[in-house]
Amino acid sequence: MVVIDSIKNGIVIDHITAGLGMKILEYLDIDTSKDTVAVIMNAVSNKYGRKDVVKIENVQDIDLAALGIIDPKATVNYIEDHIITKKIHLTVPEKVVNIIKCNNPRCVTSVEQSAPQIFHLIDRENREYRCEYCDEIICMKGGYSNEIIHKQWYDR
Amino acid sequence: MLKGRSFLEPMDFTVEETEELFQLADKIIEEPGRYSKTCEGKLLATLFYEPSTRTRFSFEAAMLRLGGQVIGFSEPNSSSVAKGESISDTIRTVACYADIAVIRHPKEGAPKVAAACTDIPVINAGDGGHQHPTQTLTDLLTIRREKGRIGNLTIGLCGDLKFGRTVHSLIKALSRYDNISFILISPEELKVPEYVRKEVLMKNRLPFEEVENMQEALPKLDVLYMTRVQRERFFNEEDYIRLKDRYILDAAKMKLAKEDMMVLHPLPRVNEISVEVDSDPRAMYFKQAKYGMYVRMALIMSLLGVEGREVRTW
Repeated sequence: MVVIDSIKNGIVIDHITAGLGMKILEYLDIDTSKDTVAVIMNAVSNKYGRKDVVKIENVQDIDLAALGIIDPKATVNYIEDHIITKKIHLTVPEKVVNIIKCNNPRCVTSVEQSAPQIFHLIDRENREYRCEYCDEIICMKGGYSNEIIHKQWYDR
Repeated sequence: MLKGRSFLEPMDFTVEETEELFQLADKIIEEPGRYSKTCEGKLLATLFYEPSTRTRFSFEAAMLRLGGQVIGFSEPNSSSVAKGESISDTIRTVACYADIAVIRHPKEGAPKVAAACTDIPVINAGDGGHQHPTQTLTDLLTIRREKGRIGNLTIGLCGDLKFGRTVHSLIKALSRYDNISFILISPEELKVPEYVRKEVLMKNRLPFEEVENMQEALPKLDVLYMTRVQRERFFNEEDYIRLKDRYILDAAKMKLAKEDMMVLHPLPRVNEISVEVDSDPRAMYFKQAKYGMYVRMALIMSLLGVEGREVRTW
């Protein structure tokens, strides 16, 4: 039995598909030298069989749209003074800006740095997105790792 | 009302707006002299980042025939683009001088980036292997005038359906007309892109079949749209050489087609249509090029909102 302390203030991302916890943590670009982070991998889940959980102390502001793309089954719990004050069930966003990168080498976004990366949802079940500029279709269900833009990258 | 709008893909205009454009093109074809001063004092900028003869000449001829003037570049090395200027900076600068801009670019979506940075109308004159909406206006006007309708047609598209931007635009545009069915003739490697199959053909429940044999498809067609296998779209020269002569339309094959099947081609052709077909009355591609200029005249007039400046004839 692994015991991990509860957090006083922060967020708990629960019901993450087993294996995606590190991916989510990487995307969120949390400063682990400053913030306390716990990643629980492959934990037993009554709902899904196995799951990952990410707990982050003293962080509240995260990009829910990006999380919705990576793992829409996950839930985000906001903790204040040890109490869950808000619980959010993620959804697959209709439109995303600067979250997915177009992988078509002929797309204008490969050369025009000022153009935001805009994608529109065309198939919710398969998490398929269409590029605003070149119409390239990217499926985010499964092999998404190359197309997700690292948060730090687009914050610049 | 098309004044002030950009034209980046065929669906930017409704079917009704497109029809209005065609009606204006009909009037121009009937009496071109009446429109010879409608664009006096207006300047068209042609930004061609990729080689083009036909489309650029067609736009320039269209503007000059409307009494307007033209500035621009026909290859990027002779402009600030060679110094590394972005598309957005180029269009912002050009918009200080010109009233309307036409852009051709090898990168897909480049005209959309340009249109987002300026208030002047931007026309997509071809973006990579993506879209070529003014060619579509040309194709539709040709079908409408020569067949008398856009609808109740079996359209065959043959050749490079993967990188052929005219094909993508045409399928999109035709998806809005009644009783259109498609026969898509191409080798496996050059089939239509996934977004066209999924987002246009399947989403709109359009009847279509994908075949490799041209001869079997020919007797069923009302319109045959031939395309060139474009060397510039291939990253691998070997693939180009292997696929370039896959389909060649000649007089013998034309015997398999209906008496009134029309042959269209966005041009330039290389050898996918044998020159012996040129004299066949069903070959419409040179007529199509002429219609292209007229429909571009109608488009420029509409986006600039200069209708009503026609020369009065008594």
